[in-house]
Amino acid sequence: MQQTVAAGAAGLPVSGQRRKPGSLGDRIFEALCTGAGILVLLTLGGIIVTLFIGGLPAFERYGVQFLWSDAWNPVEDHREEYGALIAVFGTVVSSILAIIFAVPVAFGIAFFLTELAPDWLKRPVGIAIELLAAVPSIIYGMWGLFVLVPFVQMHIQLAFGEQLAAIPLIGFIFESNNFAGTSLFSASLVLAIMILPFIAATMRDVFEQVPPVYKESAYGVGATRWEVVRGVVIPYTRISVVGGIMLGLGRALGETMAVTFVIGNANRMPESVFDASTTIASVIAMEFPESLAGSLKQSALFALGFLLFVISFVVLATSRWLLRSRLK
Amino acid sequence: MNRRTLLLGTGAALGASLALPHRAFAQQATITGAGATFPRPLYERWAQEAQQAIGVSLNYQSIGSGGGINQITARTVDFGASDAPLPTAQLAERNLLQFPTVMGSVVLSANLPGVADNALRLTPEIIADIFFGRITRWNDPRIAEVNRELRIPNLPLSVAYRADGSGTTWVFTTYLSRISNEWRDGPGAGTSVRWPVGNGARGNEGVSNIIRNTPGTIGYIENAYAVVNRMPTTQIRNKSGNFVRPEPPAFQATAAAADWTVPNFAADTIDLNGATVWPITSPTYILLPTNPPADRLAASRNTMRFFDWAFRNGSQTAQRLEYIPLPANVHDAVRAAWAQNVRGPGREALWPVA
Repeated sequence: MQQTVAAGAAGLPVSGQRRKPGSLGDRIFEALCTGAGILVLLTLGGIIVTLFIGGLPAFERYGVQFLWSDAWNPVEDHREEYGALIAVFGTVVSSILAIIFAVPVAFGIAFFLTELAPDWLKRPVGIAIELLAAVPSIIYGMWGLFVLVPFVQMHIQLAFGEQLAAIPLIGFIFESNNFAGTSLFSASLVLAIMILPFIAATMRDVFEQVPPVYKESAYGVGATRWEVVRGVVIPYTRISVVGGIMLGLGRALGETMAVTFVIGNANRMPESVFDASTTIASVIAMEFPESLAGSLKQSALFALGFLLFVISFVVLATSRWLLRSRLK
Repeated sequence: MNRRTLLLGTGAALGASLALPHRAFAQQATITGAGATFPRPLYERWAQEAQQAIGVSLNYQSIGSGGGINQITARTVDFGASDAPLPTAQLAERNLLQFPTVMGSVVLSANLPGVADNALRLTPEIIADIFFGRITRWNDPRIAEVNRELRIPNLPLSVAYRADGSGTTWVFTTYLSRISNEWRDGPGAGTSVRWPVGNGARGNEGVSNIIRNTPGTIGYIENAYAVVNRMPTTQIRNKSGNFVRPEPPAFQATAAAADWTVPNFAADTIDLNGATVWPITSPTYILLPTNPPADRLAASRNTMRFFDWAFRNGSQTAQRLEYIPLPANVHDAVRAAWAQNVRGPGREALWPVA
C-alpha cells in the first residue's frame, strides 16, 4: 500500500501521514462551496423580494382586484389603470395551447426513438432534437414572423377559418376579424415548436428507463408494440411524462422574444384564437423601457413580473415533485 | 553652432509633432446622452460631423424617452432626449431645461394593391373611425366619398400600431385626441394607449412589417422611416380643410406655423391651422440639467457647444435624413434659454462658452 502511494506521488517526499480533514485548505474549500450554494438561494430570494417591492405600489393601489381586472390603460392621467387579467390569460392560454400542440408530436418522437427507429437513425434524430433545444428564441421569433405568420394567415385562417367558425358550439373560438396573422394561435404554434425538444427528450429518457423485463413479458404474452406502449410503458412512466410536460410548460410561460414577435401585442381580451393578444413577458418587454422610474406603470410591470414568477414557480415545483422518483 | 541649430530644430520639430496630437486630444471632449430612439440617426450623424468640426464627440444611447428621462434625472448622462415634452412641474422638480432640436412627422401607411403612393385621401373623421374599429372594409362609403377617382380594392381593413411605448405613439394619439373628442375621453394620448382594435408590433420596422405582410392594413410610422423604406403613404385633410401630402414643404409649414414662445418650448405643433400644414408633426426634445454637478460642468458646456454647432451647421444633414430643422428664431431663443437657466455651482452662467 505504502509502496503504491509512493509510486503514485513520484518525486514528492513521502510523509507517511494522512492529512487530517479539517485542515485549513479543506475548510476554505468547504466555505467556498457552501457560499456558492447559498448564493443561489440569495439570488433567488433577492429576485423575489425585488419584484415584490417593485410591485408593491400597484398591489397596494389595486389590491386583489389587480389579479382579475382586465384594465390596462397606461395613459398618464386620471384614466391610468392597471390589471393583470389579460396578460395572465394570454400567458396561460398560449402556453396551454402550445402544450396541446406539442405533446402528441413529442410522444410520437419518443415512441419512434425508443421503439421503432433503427439503431443507425436513433442518434441523428436524438441529436437533432437536442439541437432544436439550443436554437435561440429570437431565431424562432424571426422565423415565426416571416414564415409561420404568413402561413397561418393564408393557409389556415383564410383557408379554413370560415369552416372552423361554422362548427357548432365551439365555432366562436375560430371566428375573428383579425387577418394580420399575428395571433394567439401563431404564438402557440411557435411556442409548441420551442418546447417540443424538452418534452420529447424527457419522454425518451423515461421511456428508456422502463425495465426491459416488463416489456418483454408483455411481448411474450403476444402484445403488439402499441399495446406494450399503451399498457406497460405509459402506465409505468405516467408521472414522469407529466413532469416533462410541466417542464415544457414552464419554459413556454416565460418565453418573451419569440412570442412578442408573433402574438400581436394587444391589451384586449381575445375572443378567438385568431385574435391578437399579449403575455406577461411581452408586456414587460414592450413597456418597460418607456416607463418612468417610480411610476405606477413601472410598479404594475414589476407586479406582473412577480405574478409570472409565482406561476412559473408553481409549475416548475410541480414538475420537480412529479419527476422526483425518476430523475435521481 | 551648426550642430546646435540642427539639434534645436529637431527638438522643435519633435516637440511640435508630439504637441499636436496632444492638443487635439485635450480638445477632444466626450459627452454622453441617452433617450429617444426617433432622433438617433440624426444625432449620430451630427456626432460624426461635430467631432471633426469642434472636437466634441457624442456617445448617444437610444434607450427610449422614458429611459432617457430616468437617466438624466439620476444625472448618469450629460443630457436626456425625449420625444414628448415634460410638464413644467416635472422639469422644475428634476431641475431640467428642455429645448427642441428638430421636428419629425408621423405618416399613415396603407397597403392597398393598385393604389399609388400618396393617392389615398383620408379625413380626420375617417382616421378616427378606422382606429376605433368602426370602418372594417376598404369599400366603406365614407372612404369612397373622398376618393371617387380611386379604385380601392375591397379588402378587410386592419390596423397596425406600435406596441412598445414610443414618442411616435404619443404624437399620433395626441393627434387622434385633437380630431376626436371621443378618442380624447376614451383611449387618450400617451406613449402607449389601450388600442380599441388592431395588431401591435415593436418599432417602425415591426409596424411596417405588418403593413407589408397583410393587404388592407393601415398603420402609423415615422416619415423618415417611411421615406427610406418606400412605404406607401396617404394624404390627410388638415384643419384648414385641404388635403396635404406628407412632403417636406408641408412639414416646414408646420414648423413655421407653430408658436414657439410658450414656456419650455412645448409648442403645440399638432393639427395646426394653415393651408399647407401637415397635421401630425412634432419636435423632439433635449433635457439639460440646469444645475449640472461640479464634475460635469465641462460636459454641460460641451453639450451646449454641440447643439449650437448643430443649429448652425446641421440643418442640411437633418433634411437629408428627413428631419425638419427649426426656424432660426427658435435657435436663438434656445441659446437665450441656455444663458439664462444653465448655471454652475456659483450661479454663474455656463453659456455662452468663453
